[in-house]
Amino acid sequence: MTPRTATPALPLGDDALILSHRLGEWAGNAPVLEEEVALANIALDLLGQARVLLSLAGDEDELAYLREERQFRNVQLVEQPNGDFAHTIARQLYFSTYQELLHGHLATGDTDLAPLAAKAVKETAYHRDHAEQWTVRLGDGTAESHTRMQRALDTLWRFTGELFDPVDGLDSVPWHDLRATWTTRITTTLERAALTLPEGPQRSGWAAGGGRQGLHTEPFGRLLAEMQHLHRSHPGATW
Amino acid sequence: MVTTTALEAELRALAGAVPDPELPVLTLAELGVLRDVRLTAPDRVEVCLTPTYTGCPALETMAADIERALHDHGIPHVEVHTVLSPPWTTDAITDEGRRKLAAFGIAPPRPTGPGPVPVDLTLRCPHCGSTDTTLLSRFSSTACKALRRCETCREPFDHFKEL
Repeated sequence: MTPRTATPALPLGDDALILSHRLGEWAGNAPVLEEEVALANIALDLLGQARVLLSLAGDEDELAYLREERQFRNVQLVEQPNGDFAHTIARQLYFSTYQELLHGHLATGDTDLAPLAAKAVKETAYHRDHAEQWTVRLGDGTAESHTRMQRALDTLWRFTGELFDPVDGLDSVPWHDLRATWTTRITTTLERAALTLPEGPQRSGWAAGGGRQGLHTEPFGRLLAEMQHLHRSHPGATW
Repeated sequence: MVTTTALEAELRALAGAVPDPELPVLTLAELGVLRDVRLTAPDRVEVCLTPTYTGCPALETMAADIERALHDHGIPHVEVHTVLSPPWTTDAITDEGRRKLAAFGIAPPRPTGPGPVPVDLTLRCPHCGSTDTTLLSRFSSTACKALRRCETCREPFDHFKEL
């Protein structure tokens, strides 16, 4: 297998695949039935996007199931554990806002990612809307929900800087502008939710690199073990 | 100029008459996902399908159902391709498709094309016709639907959400 690791389809496909897997972990555990269905639907959209993107980079199954941790190029944000519901919503808010802006830009370009981006941006707008509504509901809800939502936003803040590191092969993306628009949108939502924009650094103190370089956080290995276990133990298994 | 032969038109009608696996009340033509049906050789047909949502799990079943329908019509080689561009929108659902959705108890999508942004008031309960409905969840039994409740007859119903 020689995946086209140079294509930007790989990092974007990995973002979608890994976040899809994390959201899938909510199946059977969501707080209410409607959220069970919502998170599974969002996961399904992301899985569909991942399949198209990874197919542009190589064989989708081999890329998903047979790569080692260091070969994945997703940002660290998407591999962070679900935590409580507020953590999942904070991760969704940060990521879907970013993904909608990025796909919106790519949809107008002429790369081989444009058709997928034009399709995905409409799906992602629903994901962002879902995350914003929950952010407002939790932030402007009870004292407990407010505390937890703020804590989740603060905890995940240090993974947001990496979103705007230029991706190889996506030279036309105005990353600086993307970051400014992202910050404005997040700030607006948090104001509506009576929450505060986190102030700390948008990177971890250990700045040797990030997910785009194949360097991942400790929970990622366990995620991969679960995601790849069946395929590795029973190659070619079907049902 | 691209021309369509009588046989192609016939095959297109056959493929288009295949019911949607998850909304069997609609055909693929009424859903607007069938993009093209072409004879590439006397015994070979190429079909282009577009997904409603990127991750729509019904797509593989649609492709298999089309292959079966065309095989049964004597075409030995059927290739079904997925095309993403231009992206599918709910505006591709035909008027007949919308009528069938409503009759089936699913509120059809409102127009998304150019023009004024539709307001929630134009959405009617498919059971009693009331416009007094509330969104329960933006996501429902399939990726393409939202769950609402009618405040007049109190029945919950699916809404084919605009995309």
